[in-house]
Amino acid sequence: MNRREALAATARVLGGSIVGAQIFLAACKTPEKKQEPFSADDIAFLDAVGEVIIPTTTDSPGAKAARIGDFMRAIVTDCYSDAEHKIFIDGMASLKELSRKKYDKDFVKLSGEEQNTLLSAVNKEAKAYATTKREADPEHYFTLIKQLTTWGYFTSEPGATKALNYLPVPGRFEGCVPYTEGEKAWAL
Amino acid sequence: MQKDSSSVNVNAAGVAKNTYDAIVIGSGISGGWAAKELCEQGLKTLVLERGRNVEHLKDYPTATKAPWEFEHRGRMPRKFLEENPLISKAAGFGAETAHFFIKDKDHPYVQEKPFDWIRGYQVGGKSLTWGRATQRWSNFEFTAPDRFGYGLDWPIRYNDVAPWYSHVEKFIGICGNKDGIEAMPDGEFLPPFEFNCVESHLQKKIKEHYKDRHLVHARWAHLTQPTELHLKQGRGKCQARNMCMRGCPYGGYFSSVSSTLPWAHKTGNLTVRPFSVVHSIIYDEQKGKATGVRIIDANTNEATEYFARIIFVNASALNSTLVLLNSKSNRFPNGLGNDSGVLGKYVAFHLYRGGVSASIEGFQDRYTYGRNPTEPILANYRNLHKQDTDYLGGFTTFVGAYRPRGAEDAGETELGAPFKSALSKPGGWRTYMYMQGETIPKASNHVRLSDTEKDQWGIPLLVTSVGYDDNDEKMIKDFLSESSEMLAKAGCLDISTYDTHQAPGLDIHEMGGARMGRDPKTSILNGWNQVHDCKNVFVTDGACMTSTGNQSPSILYMALTARAANHAVEEMKRNNL
Repeated sequence: MNRREALAATARVLGGSIVGAQIFLAACKTPEKKQEPFSADDIAFLDAVGEVIIPTTTDSPGAKAARIGDFMRAIVTDCYSDAEHKIFIDGMASLKELSRKKYDKDFVKLSGEEQNTLLSAVNKEAKAYATTKREADPEHYFTLIKQLTTWGYFTSEPGATKALNYLPVPGRFEGCVPYTEGEKAWAL
Repeated sequence: MQKDSSSVNVNAAGVAKNTYDAIVIGSGISGGWAAKELCEQGLKTLVLERGRNVEHLKDYPTATKAPWEFEHRGRMPRKFLEENPLISKAAGFGAETAHFFIKDKDHPYVQEKPFDWIRGYQVGGKSLTWGRATQRWSNFEFTAPDRFGYGLDWPIRYNDVAPWYSHVEKFIGICGNKDGIEAMPDGEFLPPFEFNCVESHLQKKIKEHYKDRHLVHARWAHLTQPTELHLKQGRGKCQARNMCMRGCPYGGYFSSVSSTLPWAHKTGNLTVRPFSVVHSIIYDEQKGKATGVRIIDANTNEATEYFARIIFVNASALNSTLVLLNSKSNRFPNGLGNDSGVLGKYVAFHLYRGGVSASIEGFQDRYTYGRNPTEPILANYRNLHKQDTDYLGGFTTFVGAYRPRGAEDAGETELGAPFKSALSKPGGWRTYMYMQGETIPKASNHVRLSDTEKDQWGIPLLVTSVGYDDNDEKMIKDFLSESSEMLAKAGCLDISTYDTHQAPGLDIHEMGGARMGRDPKTSILNGWNQVHDCKNVFVTDGACMTSTGNQSPSILYMALTARAANHAVEEMKRNNL
């Protein structure tokens, strides 16, 4: 598969263009700005959000075990444009605020059900926004979080080796093998 | 400021120490072949490489890394991309392979028209990161410029190169199927990579609808079943990892680093000198031939001269042209062998802008095992026997089908366990086609030396003035419409076409600049890749190309190199060189 197709395939699953892809393909010139580093609380918060998006299930660990917060920090800090960075940071703050407003508690202290209810609502909002927004409009922050979670999780060691079928050295290629519904996809 | 290299003084003892039988400029895909053939024939051979040394296995730092071992999972940080907008665009470039590509700021050039000049400066050159497709040219391509009147006639024909194709194929290992297609002759093949179920379907449907269009197995430089000769090189079977461009720990694909250079080294006749930036070729007016090569050490900036009876120029198409242009003497004031004035002109490339992608329903109970590092090929079907389109030239089409991860309903499952589960399974099948089209060499598409700007070693910068023309636009249009039609006839859905509008050069198939021909008035090289008027200099990389054809060119460079090297040795024995 060529790289263009690979990128398009990922975008299809995530329902839209890949954030940061325009940088990936052709770096844009943005002024360097001093960024606030992520705090330990931020990482814990992102771990918790990621775990709701991709939870631990019977057969494999979830996004928290994949240290998804740390991964998001690395990409947002080193790869995102200033505009994307701002959407993400502001989004984090507004999601934290939403939890306090609705439940009078920090997101990480909510019950699993409360976290799920909250993020389902935000997810709906993000999806609705995605259908109405024009191409040049900024992405919804939750779209970014969701993309980073799925990308980071399935390329992490627990994600790739437990949730998927990881085969670093296949040894041979067979073009046409049977597939039974429910079997895991290859990680690579 | 660097020393003026023309003032180098080397005493007699120094000359003896710096004298070899042969010098090869460049260690990439064709330089490696020159080294192998010349060393095997007993010539003490010096290979000059401008970049660092790269040794098989030892210098493949990412070869066995898992995705999670890359901090940004393969993506380069924004700062790097902003500083390297050019090289970041290259096919296969990423955190896994960045060490085999240059950095933009280290190697400037002047783009009179947009041209993405992709380079890999190290021992092995771009043979480490090449695409590995290795179809033979057909006689259609060798004769087309003459038959259809769009360019200079090649001084050679398919039959001149066919035995050398065989010679190269047996050594490097090419997988493929003998298909008996006139437009893409068969070679010495190891077993091919299998089609997947959808590719088999496409092959069948295309055959049903078009009697003259053949979708066949990839012809690719991979060892699907190594022979004794490959094992002797220390190479083993391709493990279907599809991580080739990192360098292969199994030697599963061919590169100079895994194959020709170690082979040449075993003869005891090879010396490789990394960090050697070639300034020019030294021409001796009395002897009427070249006597050596002037280099600048990339680390110390010191100029040195090396001497030999024959010189092979394999610095990559545009750099070989640059070296010739910069080799000025009283006899050749406009560059070595450039009496005709065509040096630097007729630069062409391959047209890669067009592509089509689609989905196809069904085949849900079929999947693949392992990762195919190759792609099926739809041989050229345009302008073969006669001119049958409103443009000149033909195109090869690369075709494929794959089953990406992520069930199609994943986007609907929102969050949580169902979302995770959907993303953990394979989705529906996708298909694609993309083009590799011929472009027509023109005098106006040229490179030349800058009059004003020099690099850090005092060598004039290369000016590129290469662009598309109307012929290219027509070919893209035809390719997109024919490919869409074929996919539609094969039952594909959601067919979408694209034109990347990328600059020339990003194809990494730049060719010409010192073209071959019969007449010294219109060409630089003869039918043996010798400079017409300086016969002990051979140029056997992409610079020699008279036209571009539509096949992947690297294996032709290798075949022409082996052919020229053996001719050189014979001529030396006859005391003609």
